[in-house]
Amino acid sequence: MSDASVLETDVAIVGAGPAGIAAAVAARAEGARTLLLDSAPRPGGQIWRHRDPAQLPASGRRWIERLSGSGAEWIHSANAIDLPAPGVLIAEREGRAFTIRWRSLVIATGATERLLPFPGWTLPNVFGVGGLQALLKAGASVAARRVIVAGSGPLLLPVASSLAAAGATIRLVAEQAPALRVYRFAGALWSDPVRLAQAARYRAGFRRARYRCGTWIVRVDPVGSALSVTLTDGRRIWTDRTDLVAVGYGLVPDVRLARLAGCSIASGCVAVDRSQRTSVPSVFCAGEPTGIAGADSAVAQGRLAGAAAAGARRTGGAASRARRFAARLDRAFALRPDLRALPDPATIVCRCEDVSLGEIGEGWSARQIKLYTRAGMGPCQGRVCQPALEFLRRTGADAVRLPLFPAPVGLLADHANRDEGDS
Amino acid sequence: MSRPDAIVVGGGIVGAACARELAMAGLGVTLVEAEFVGGGATAAGMGHIVVMDDSPPQFGLTALSRALLDELAPALPAAVERDRCGTLWVAEDEDQLVAARLKAAAYGDAKVEASVVDGAELPRLEPGLRPGLAGGLLVPGDGVVYPPALARWLAEDARRLGAAIREGEPVTALDGRSVMTARGRIDAALVVNAAGAAAPILTHGLPIVPRRGHLVITDRHPGFCRHQVLELGYLKSAHSSTGASVAFNVQPRMTGQVLIGSSRELVGWNRTPNRALLGRMLRRAADFMPALAGLSAIRSWIGFRPATPDNLPLIGPSSRIDGLWIAAGHEGLGITTALGTARLLGDLILGRAPSLDPVPFTPDRSGEPAAAVHA
Amino acid sequence: MPELVEFTVDGVTCRAAPGTSLAAAMLDAGVTAFRRSRTGEPRGPVCGMGICFECRVAIDGIAHRRACLEPVRAGMTVRTGE
Repeated sequence: MSDASVLETDVAIVGAGPAGIAAAVAARAEGARTLLLDSAPRPGGQIWRHRDPAQLPASGRRWIERLSGSGAEWIHSANAIDLPAPGVLIAEREGRAFTIRWRSLVIATGATERLLPFPGWTLPNVFGVGGLQALLKAGASVAARRVIVAGSGPLLLPVASSLAAAGATIRLVAEQAPALRVYRFAGALWSDPVRLAQAARYRAGFRRARYRCGTWIVRVDPVGSALSVTLTDGRRIWTDRTDLVAVGYGLVPDVRLARLAGCSIASGCVAVDRSQRTSVPSVFCAGEPTGIAGADSAVAQGRLAGAAAAGARRTGGAASRARRFAARLDRAFALRPDLRALPDPATIVCRCEDVSLGEIGEGWSARQIKLYTRAGMGPCQGRVCQPALEFLRRTGADAVRLPLFPAPVGLLADHANRDEGDS
Repeated sequence: MSRPDAIVVGGGIVGAACARELAMAGLGVTLVEAEFVGGGATAAGMGHIVVMDDSPPQFGLTALSRALLDELAPALPAAVERDRCGTLWVAEDEDQLVAARLKAAAYGDAKVEASVVDGAELPRLEPGLRPGLAGGLLVPGDGVVYPPALARWLAEDARRLGAAIREGEPVTALDGRSVMTARGRIDAALVVNAAGAAAPILTHGLPIVPRRGHLVITDRHPGFCRHQVLELGYLKSAHSSTGASVAFNVQPRMTGQVLIGSSRELVGWNRTPNRALLGRMLRRAADFMPALAGLSAIRSWIGFRPATPDNLPLIGPSSRIDGLWIAAGHEGLGITTALGTARLLGDLILGRAPSLDPVPFTPDRSGEPAAAVHA
Repeated sequence: MPELVEFTVDGVTCRAAPGTSLAAAMLDAGVTAFRRSRTGEPRGPVCGMGICFECRVAIDGIAHRRACLEPVRAGMTVRTGE
């Protein structure tokens, strides 16, 4: 079919964060025709999100320059919605479908933030930590706004730092993990001077604000156009006024595309070998979907994946190092059980369908929760409530359904039509 | 645990309704479900409540069932999302409009409200339909429900009446006096096989095969359509017993979402979506309602209808196994016909005067083994 | 300083630097309630990356667009509260 909406490539890469960009550059270096696709208007993913490359850290700037000089085809503002057959990816852009025919696929879909319900988490001006960071990078102004940054994980400090640099007043950075564990994790960074230097820079960014471990948000209430935030350290409860709240409990690998492809998943991460090969032939995976390990690891895995996807014999230890790092991260920032007690029965768990925790029976499976309450059946397709329920109710994941992202009815009708014509 | 009078195998909407009916009559009932109540074909279904007239027995069963649901309506919780939105059967051409007139007469004879709609009135009822359609048939008493919630309520009501509801307990074998499950054996005076498309796995020879369907639901677009809308050619699709078929069928949900069907194909228990058929189904729908193409689809799924050769469910005693009763094979009408099925089964089990002529529903009516019917 | 682009939210004219995401531009314009939830609660952006679907608005008449994924464009007509 000589249709402009059918693109042919050797290597298709989904996700243009550090892993995807490095994979694209590496695949091009091997001479493969390469196509890189992302839902955002510019490459960079979350960590290298930018409006102007001058805003980027040196490594991000360098990789984005390499990408633009690589000859890889860049498709922005497009969502991967289906893998109807081996070698075929269907994507949506501005309501239109197009087909990408590939020899190798690199899944570099990154991670999403784990948001946990508490009374007030659905109020406007309560964001994810990565969420507020993303909005800041997308041009939002936080100058002179008071912000409380809370939740868990290594994202809290750099986000607080960049908010402070943008003129925000950081009232508090509250890390739920106990200080001992966090410092032990930070201590381990001595062996990694780059990471240590980063951590020191972040801390310097908001020296006057408090960074409290073993502290978490209990609830948020609106007070006029401001927010009253109730915090606790498990012994004491106090409130503070703020304009904005950024709260997130670490990252969850985005493995939906990998699951649709049929890749084996172990403990929520895509299983890969030393060439970043998944269990499915010609399908590779790099970066956070193989385990949360940050941008440097994603780049290392992306280079391996891109080269291997282009047919080069390349192996390395990036994925196993990532798995070890992810395990250390999980231990250091393990979520305290107290967080399970935060939502009361009236607290909304599924934001799309306004399902409250009290509607969800004890011991229900993910599918049962979905069918009986509609939790997870809205447009976010469970991307927010499913990780929350995995923590609150220890449920597993329900099957991935088509389309992978909401898409116009006409598009689904159309892309299936094309398949029929081809088969 | 005391020995139940009756064991109902299968917690779909039909099994849940049967358990409730028998419990209402004072029987000690145990409902055994492999996964959870309403989680199988029930959850996959559209949830229409329709009077269907493609055969006199089906007409009787659907009309009885709809009336029983009307009686229940005040007791149902909001989660059941019952909406008496009515059905609009759309005629594409004059031939189909003639068929609509005949249907209207048949509905009228049976005291079911229905009226013929002409081509000029159609856009007033459903502005989204494409221009130039011949007309249709409006059945105002029809509606929709959210099936898993209705099944769950029926099971909960049975529990209030004393029934035991055992979920997460797959049944491995059954006869007319006992049921073997993953957790052991349960004995009773009678057993009802209400396992839907899985019924022939437990009772060999039942002429039921899984007939797969796809559905798509959109994001909230309130007011997009007002009635459940089907093409009059739907029955042709529903009855084509071999090849894959699609028919235009959309429903407004109380959530403001639009549910789009329908497709039918015989592919066993294959769970890989048939994208080509899904596409055909959506193109058929957009052909009738062009603006559908622009709505945001958020999810598709598949389900397995328990299909019989003559499109009527099997309701009644097994002629071969003493104590065994069958309530299965409801194809795409199980949500509508669950209550009528339960009432008729209850009549037969308890020796009450039957609410319907039971003969057309006799489980052994085909006399042929399932394999021969759908070879 | 690059020239600002003009767009409207519920009929009110707003301005933002080119390249700003619509979600960021709306927040800067003081809009916090992007949509109404099923039970009528006001909701605004949360994830900023196209995952949570809380920042959905109608853009130029097309419902359910994620404001965080759309760069603001001159003449864009945005409707909140869907």
